[in-house]
Amino acid sequence: MTETTETRTADPVATVSSTLLEARDLHVEFTSRGRRARAVDGVNLSLGAGEIVALVGESGCGKTTLARTLLGLERPTSGEVRYGGQPLKYGSKALKAYRRQVQLVLQDPTGSLNPRQTVYEAVAEGPRIHRMPDEAEVVNSALARAGLRPPERFLLRYPHELSGGQRQRVVIAGALALNPKVLVADEPVASLDASVRGEILALMLKLRDDLGLSALVVTHDLGLAWNIADRVAVMYLGRIVESGPVEQVLTAPRHPYTQALLSVLPESPERVVLTGEPPDPTRIPGGCRFHARCQILASGKAAEAGVDARCRGELLDILPASALSQAACHYADATG
Amino acid sequence: MTAPLETAEPAAAQAAAGPARLGTLRYALSKAGGALLSIGMVIVGTFFLFRLLPGDPVRNLAQGRNMTPEQLDLERHRLGLDLPLFDQFLNFIGQTLRFDLGASYEYKRPVLDLIGDRVGATLLLAGTSLVIAVSLGLWQGMRAGWRHGSRFDRFSTGTSLVLWSVPTFWLGLLLLLVFSSWFQWFPSRGIQDVDAPDGFGYVLDVAHHMVLPCIAMVGVLYAQYLLVMRSSLLDEVGQDYITTARAKGLRDDEVRKRHAVPNALLPTVTLVFMRIGFVVGGAVTVEAVFSWPGLGELFYAAIRVPDFTLMQGTFMLIAVSVILMNTLADVVYHILDPRVRSA
Repeated sequence: MTETTETRTADPVATVSSTLLEARDLHVEFTSRGRRARAVDGVNLSLGAGEIVALVGESGCGKTTLARTLLGLERPTSGEVRYGGQPLKYGSKALKAYRRQVQLVLQDPTGSLNPRQTVYEAVAEGPRIHRMPDEAEVVNSALARAGLRPPERFLLRYPHELSGGQRQRVVIAGALALNPKVLVADEPVASLDASVRGEILALMLKLRDDLGLSALVVTHDLGLAWNIADRVAVMYLGRIVESGPVEQVLTAPRHPYTQALLSVLPESPERVVLTGEPPDPTRIPGGCRFHARCQILASGKAAEAGVDARCRGELLDILPASALSQAACHYADATG
Repeated sequence: MTAPLETAEPAAAQAAAGPARLGTLRYALSKAGGALLSIGMVIVGTFFLFRLLPGDPVRNLAQGRNMTPEQLDLERHRLGLDLPLFDQFLNFIGQTLRFDLGASYEYKRPVLDLIGDRVGATLLLAGTSLVIAVSLGLWQGMRAGWRHGSRFDRFSTGTSLVLWSVPTFWLGLLLLLVFSSWFQWFPSRGIQDVDAPDGFGYVLDVAHHMVLPCIAMVGVLYAQYLLVMRSSLLDEVGQDYITTARAKGLRDDEVRKRHAVPNALLPTVTLVFMRIGFVVGGAVTVEAVFSWPGLGELFYAAIRVPDFTLMQGTFMLIAVSVILMNTLADVVYHILDPRVRSA
């Protein structure tokens, strides 16, 4: 799990000064069956140039909605997405220009490719939309950068003729063809075989090193976050509950939720199994949003520290977009 | 698509296109072989199917008139029904292979001529209805699926389902009652007036006669196109490649035009072709209600007699056209969908 950590070169604290993509007090709400679901419930997050940030959380925690909102595919209910210091505008021209900067890679490469388009057409679509010159040249170089060499061998293939890893490389090439500054990758390797996973991760790190590409990697896989990310943000029920440099957050987690997530990894000595209701974004509990399932509160440790009443009743501040290690937890605050 | 490809890598383009075209040809030939086999089985099946029907065709033809046994035997001999079954079978096969479907018992004319007289009217009515139903259904299904849950979606899906559930003959009678009896806007039967004018006036006259039967057929047909198009578009809209295309900066209506609709149209291809097959058979009910002189009405009349050779002939015609259209649908699908091509 540690072998790729040496390839990390960017200093996380230094890169945050040149923030590229930023979420400020972002809220996204949906109405489902008459009830309001607060999918993203106040998130501050920043992504520096050349930085890779992992957004970790269980399914349904709002991490995909956050990613879609950062891409401008979803409009925030309140708060704003900022790119290059400017708030994102949702006019069709402004969005189109934004698309050249921030690109998307989805989990399932089979679904991400139109089955009736050849590799060439799939990769050429972006350049064509944005009327980039020398389309064929752009496509060839994007395929080569995504590790499909020689590109000519793949141009006329259809997605179903490729392996899963090759397909994901085509999807990445389609994003790279626009020369973006940021990749938002939603579970980029979750549907791939273990052997292919490493290749795609190595590719993303190489793209960061060669092209200075930033990436927000959405995942439920802490091992993936460890391997690829400079910083990690742990999301629970629409809010980031802990964030910081990946070594600190994953080796010395402060939030009980992060501790529970880490404890179920195979190498962990003891296992914390969360009890209670699964999180429901239409009914976010008062106090700390995690208190109903918190193992620290349940075991009485919070009461020892004298914070159990605050856990149940006192709302926590929204974490700022900081590069330093921080956790939204009364117990962690009290015990240091 | 081919222009940039050839500039990029002409050799690879040709190498890939060659085998693909050959593969399609081989696929089409094998499908055609299968279709021929099916048609052969239809011919054999038709012979035995209609021999299994109860009743003596010669007695049915006599229709209660007093005939001596000698007269009946003579009639049997004339129709070739006195031969052993196996010889009858061989005669039938031989005739059919020479496109001779025999003479109608009732009309005393070659079945093929009778079909030839009627096929134009059926193709006109059913063809027009099919074109309208397909365009209307696909267009509404596309809009309904793209704006899923909108007022248009609920209204058009609801209307089409009601029309689909209504029995055809009832819809036809209702149309006749309202628009022919009460308002007297449209004629109630037939394809033309007795004193039909010539030239352009004739065309108008036929079109005038065709309005009501056409509405009845479209009303029944278009719902399935709407529903299939709607659900297949809904499937595509949920796909990741639609999101990816949006994230690349494609405008909403372009996403629909370039990605969602072309892929959603694939399942409807089969449906349309299968319907074309049935068109030749004509909509028996609609033709009967509106006395439309088409194949459907002919088939209906043949069943009432029963006129075996005529039934055999129309039955085989319908079966063969369905088989041919299915085969065509397979081949077209093969050309349109690269996934099927390599399977």
